Amino acid sequence: MRQKPAVHIIDDEIIAPLGWGTSANIAQIKQRQTAIKKHKISAENFYYAALFEEEELQQNFKKLSFSNAEDFTKLEKLFLLTVHQLLERNPINLEETVLIISTTKGNVELLENAENSIPEKSKLYSLGKTIQKYFNIKNEPITLSNACISGGLGLSVGKRLLEENAYKNALVLGGDVVSKFTRSGFQLLQAMDSEICKPYDKNRKGINLGEAAAGVLLSTEIQNSTIQIVGEAIANDANHISGPSRRGEGLVKAISSALKEAHLESSAIDYISAHGTATLYNDAMEAQAFGRLNLQQKPLTSYKAHYGHTFGGSALIESILSIKSLQQNLLFPSLGCSEIGVEPPLNIQQNLEEKKLKYALKTASGFGGCNFAMIFKNLMYA
Amino acid sequence: MHKNHQISASVILRNHQVIFNGKVIFETAEDLELLAFLKACYQDLEIDYAKFYKMDLLSKLGFIASEYLAKDQKLTPETALILQNSSGSLETDLNYQASISNENAFASPSVFVYTLPNIVLGELSIRQQLQTENAFFISEKFDASFLIVYLQNLFSTNKANAAICGWLDLDKEGYNVFLSLITQDDKGKALTAENLKENYEQFKTRA
Repeated sequence: MRQKPAVHIIDDEIIAPLGWGTSANIAQIKQRQTAIKKHKISAENFYYAALFEEEELQQNFKKLSFSNAEDFTKLEKLFLLTVHQLLERNPINLEETVLIISTTKGNVELLENAENSIPEKSKLYSLGKTIQKYFNIKNEPITLSNACISGGLGLSVGKRLLEENAYKNALVLGGDVVSKFTRSGFQLLQAMDSEICKPYDKNRKGINLGEAAAGVLLSTEIQNSTIQIVGEAIANDANHISGPSRRGEGLVKAISSALKEAHLESSAIDYISAHGTATLYNDAMEAQAFGRLNLQQKPLTSYKAHYGHTFGGSALIESILSIKSLQQNLLFPSLGCSEIGVEPPLNIQQNLEEKKLKYALKTASGFGGCNFAMIFKNLMYA
Repeated sequence: MHKNHQISASVILRNHQVIFNGKVIFETAEDLELLAFLKACYQDLEIDYAKFYKMDLLSKLGFIASEYLAKDQKLTPETALILQNSSGSLETDLNYQASISNENAFASPSVFVYTLPNIVLGELSIRQQLQTENAFFISEKFDASFLIVYLQNLFSTNKANAAICGWLDLDKEGYNVFLSLITQDDKGKALTAENLKENYEQFKTRA
């Protein structure tokens, strides 16, 4: 079989209520900070979420030369800022670059006032068009919407297109904002904790909502990268549309398939950045899946108690944080688990810890029964 | 690379007709409501699957098309589901939005669950017991070239050995469904962007 080109991580960016830029985010994580706060819906109605301060967003947006703020939705601004940062640091050839956008709901808030006509920007592909236009990207952007694995799937799609030599570089974006649409939906599902969420804890009660955007630059030709994607896969539970398979069938399959592509045994994994939404069923399912693959002793982090669940952004942000762990040989603390409440018990990383790391596993699972796994290799490991 | 993979069957749902491999195999009057057309298809298929009635319209469309596609054969669990559309889950999004905007309406968690386009991939995976790659892409137009590159990667890395791919769209203007089954059978058309596009373009208007 023809050898496929290796796909490397060149650069990354996280724009989140926790911090502007990846470094700011890492600094906050090292200090066990969370961006989740109590927010008011009405006089007697509150919820916990990680939301942007409107003023901070506007201030940052002014940095852009085309910053005509009223022309853009919140999510567009976040994506434009993310791409701006990545392109400023990396003078890549845009003719050989594909833009990939992962989002679950895009600009869904625009439907609130749509009486009879559907605003063009409520179509998910419009996000790509906006970014394409402002940065003059020739190639048609690719947009995907695959529930909570979207951001991870975006990385997989980028890797796959580069492996087939369709492009040299991929700019993978992922993000979502919090709207009444998603907030009311998760309230109806009774899936939100009334405090800051507690991934893997005995008393976990559900998710918090979060908003964020992130971007990763992938390439097959830029030199000096320290991280390579060595394996990845998606698998479906074929079990239920809104609940995970109890035994984690799809997650086991996705991880096994990613390991196979990487030519690795599960024992080679040094660290797991898991999904850890803090719902009863998700966390229990993950423990089952990790246990079945003999991964339950590996240091594991959930970032949901830092960021909330940022949907289209989450798996991409958490992939970036795994990459930072590898690059800095640092395990970052998971928040919110004071007493383990999953079986088999997982090895939740409680503190900041220095450790030589070679392989990191990122996983995510979502509605529709989808599961994602990706393995990053630290090329500097010695 | 994918010389063994063929477009072994295609199904189109347009203008209240079901077109299988270029032939109209079922149709109803064009003035039926979409839901009535889909229920008529369900009866024509002679199946018994209670979940069908709970699905939103996008999932029902995908379900009916895939039932016709897989009628005479058993799909392998390693069949990938790679779909595109331009509207995402817009119809259900609008229904859900209306239910939360109107104080007198009842907002339902089961409607909210369908406000993700990939839910239909879950429905099809459950029905056909497909346990591999899923992806839902949103693009303005059907993009056969992209699908071919993507499938080429899935097959050459052994992440899937067959696929259902195509276009599954529903908006206020109507519906447009085209699904192809890609397998390693020796019958069918070669898996190329041109052939996929050609199959997609058939029966744009009622025959």
